[in-house]
Amino acid sequence: MNDLANSFMTGPDEQGRFGIFGGRFVSETLMPLILELEEQYERAKTDDSFWAEMDFLWKHYVGRPSPLYFAERLTDRLGGAKVYMKRDELNHTGAHKINNVLGQIILARRMGKTRIIAETGAGQHGVATATVCAKFGLKCVVYMGAHDVERQAPNVFRMKLLGAEVVPVTSGRGTLKDAMNDALRDWVTNVRDTFYCIGTVAGPHPYPAMVRDFQSIIGKEAKEQMHEAEGRLPDTLIAAIGGGSNAMGLFYPFLDDKAVNIIGVEAGGKGVNAKMEHCASLTGGRPGVLHGNRTYLLQDEDGQILEGFSISAGLDYPGIGPEHAWLHEIGRAQYVSITDKEALEAFQLCCETEGIIPALEPSHALAHVMKIAPELPADHIICMNMCGRGDKDIFTVAKHLGVDMAGGEGRVMD
Amino acid sequence: MTRIDATFARLSAEGKKAFVAYIMAGDPDMATSLDVMRGLPAAGVDVIELGLPFTDPMADGPTIQLAGQRALEAGMTLEKTLEMVRAFREGDSDTPIVLMGYYNPIYARGVDRFLAEAQDAGIDGLIVVDLPPEEDAELCLPAQAAGLNFIRLATPTTDDKRLPKVLQNTSGFVYYVSITGITGAAAAQAADVAPEVARIKAQTDLPVIVGFGIRSPESAESIASVADGCVVGSAIVAELGAGKPPADVLAFVKSLADGAHSA
Repeated sequence: MNDLANSFMTGPDEQGRFGIFGGRFVSETLMPLILELEEQYERAKTDDSFWAEMDFLWKHYVGRPSPLYFAERLTDRLGGAKVYMKRDELNHTGAHKINNVLGQIILARRMGKTRIIAETGAGQHGVATATVCAKFGLKCVVYMGAHDVERQAPNVFRMKLLGAEVVPVTSGRGTLKDAMNDALRDWVTNVRDTFYCIGTVAGPHPYPAMVRDFQSIIGKEAKEQMHEAEGRLPDTLIAAIGGGSNAMGLFYPFLDDKAVNIIGVEAGGKGVNAKMEHCASLTGGRPGVLHGNRTYLLQDEDGQILEGFSISAGLDYPGIGPEHAWLHEIGRAQYVSITDKEALEAFQLCCETEGIIPALEPSHALAHVMKIAPELPADHIICMNMCGRGDKDIFTVAKHLGVDMAGGEGRVMD
Repeated sequence: MTRIDATFARLSAEGKKAFVAYIMAGDPDMATSLDVMRGLPAAGVDVIELGLPFTDPMADGPTIQLAGQRALEAGMTLEKTLEMVRAFREGDSDTPIVLMGYYNPIYARGVDRFLAEAQDAGIDGLIVVDLPPEEDAELCLPAQAAGLNFIRLATPTTDDKRLPKVLQNTSGFVYYVSITGITGAAAAQAADVAPEVARIKAQTDLPVIVGFGIRSPESAESIASVADGCVVGSAIVAELGAGKPPADVLAFVKSLADGAHSA
């Protein structure tokens, strides 16, 4: 039993806050909607039939539990800590995103909503949302930055095949944050029939807590599986962070296991420098208010939001979930950054040693594993979250490695 | 009593409706925008709503968002917006100014510092779109304590149960958002707005001003006739966005003001 007074798992408070982070910074039009959502979610959370439906679909539709896999050759190559991967890239649709989407769509159906909207960066959340909407016959509209539409063409086509309408967002700078702005504008306009399915642990309360709860299946399974494999807890958890939903899902069930080190890996882009060519909100930003919550943001002196920069479209967001901001401030989790170059090296090493083509997002987590594992003893256990598969990224990677995919002559590994 | 309270008291005594005009500070540049602002009172504007540019205006449509981008590209900041208000106040000490925007630039400046500077510059009230009553401790209560009005939005989704909460810490006037949606979108219909205004007035003595979706002298007149006044924003900002000179923009503003005042 957890000691409640010293628990890290009791947040958010009634105001939707984790410390000073989180909250409900939305326009009045949306306020009644998020209050209704909170009430309905609280009801569903304690309803066995809700979780029974989730469990059934997690098992038969998503393919859970995802394996906890001992990466033996990678471990040997790094020559230090034992590396395990939580294989959420094996989920239906190829990433962790569907864990959360299932929960929100089942909730939306209970609330009688018939139209689902979502924002997407890399397209993984968009694909997961389009997928579940197709399964339930719901209308689906996905907002995606025009720049991302271009660099994630396969996912755009997937969403269209699944019957979703993909709206390229050109307002602002046409990136993930602008896609979120446009999704909020849609919601504020279509308040009666529309459910906004947010893809990460950000946004106004109750989204950060709700998305975390749905993604926590990752950490719950990992804990049990690690117990079966090693008879104990892992020593270190590592996950990549854009908004932070796969990380929060892995971390949350371990927050009160205080011997477990928790490390979140932000996208360092070209390096966390004054030119802001990165997406490391915690290491390079400061607290501010955007998209319904207070959290660490990339912003200028005047409070204007800056564009992030990363090779990975899924990490390309100038903010981070408020619970991460809080875990950072109280020191329960440590946050580091990894550059594009380091992530690309990890991507290649993973392909070569494990026969797994990782997405660029978990490649950041893996790059940090590569950094620390060699220095750690052989009985130190690392569990990293392999939160997505890399099929969507092969064009981006080829481009960065100077390979002409059309010609087919380039050699990736040397 | 703020300039806002005084203005509404005067209008009420004269039996006149209020006309509120919105422009974005620094759009397309600070000098032009100050020229337009200085001409607003003579064009019949009773209350000036001055937009504070922000990169991510989630409640605004493309017209206002583009105006904010133009302003930011021309170097506008919160500090320069306050400078613009001070410059305006040199020649006008009566017209109420409401600063309208989003919380982050204010939060970045620091609430206490901002409130002191805003009051010193001659700002009378604030509309901060992303601060609902649930977040009153952030800025609303400190602003009221500092003597500034905090004007809240009420919307079609604000039901009777919630309305008292929305009205509780509101001062100056109540801004009724006539549609569910963003600025510059669908047109408001007086027939739909009238019962909503009555619903709000049944619970408050504050003036109720209606905005969103009003773009012509005719709609300004018809909406103002069922409320205490109306706000026009996007339609004015669009004129500036089309590159019209300040004199032409002000002539359009006058036609809107005349419409509202004939209600």
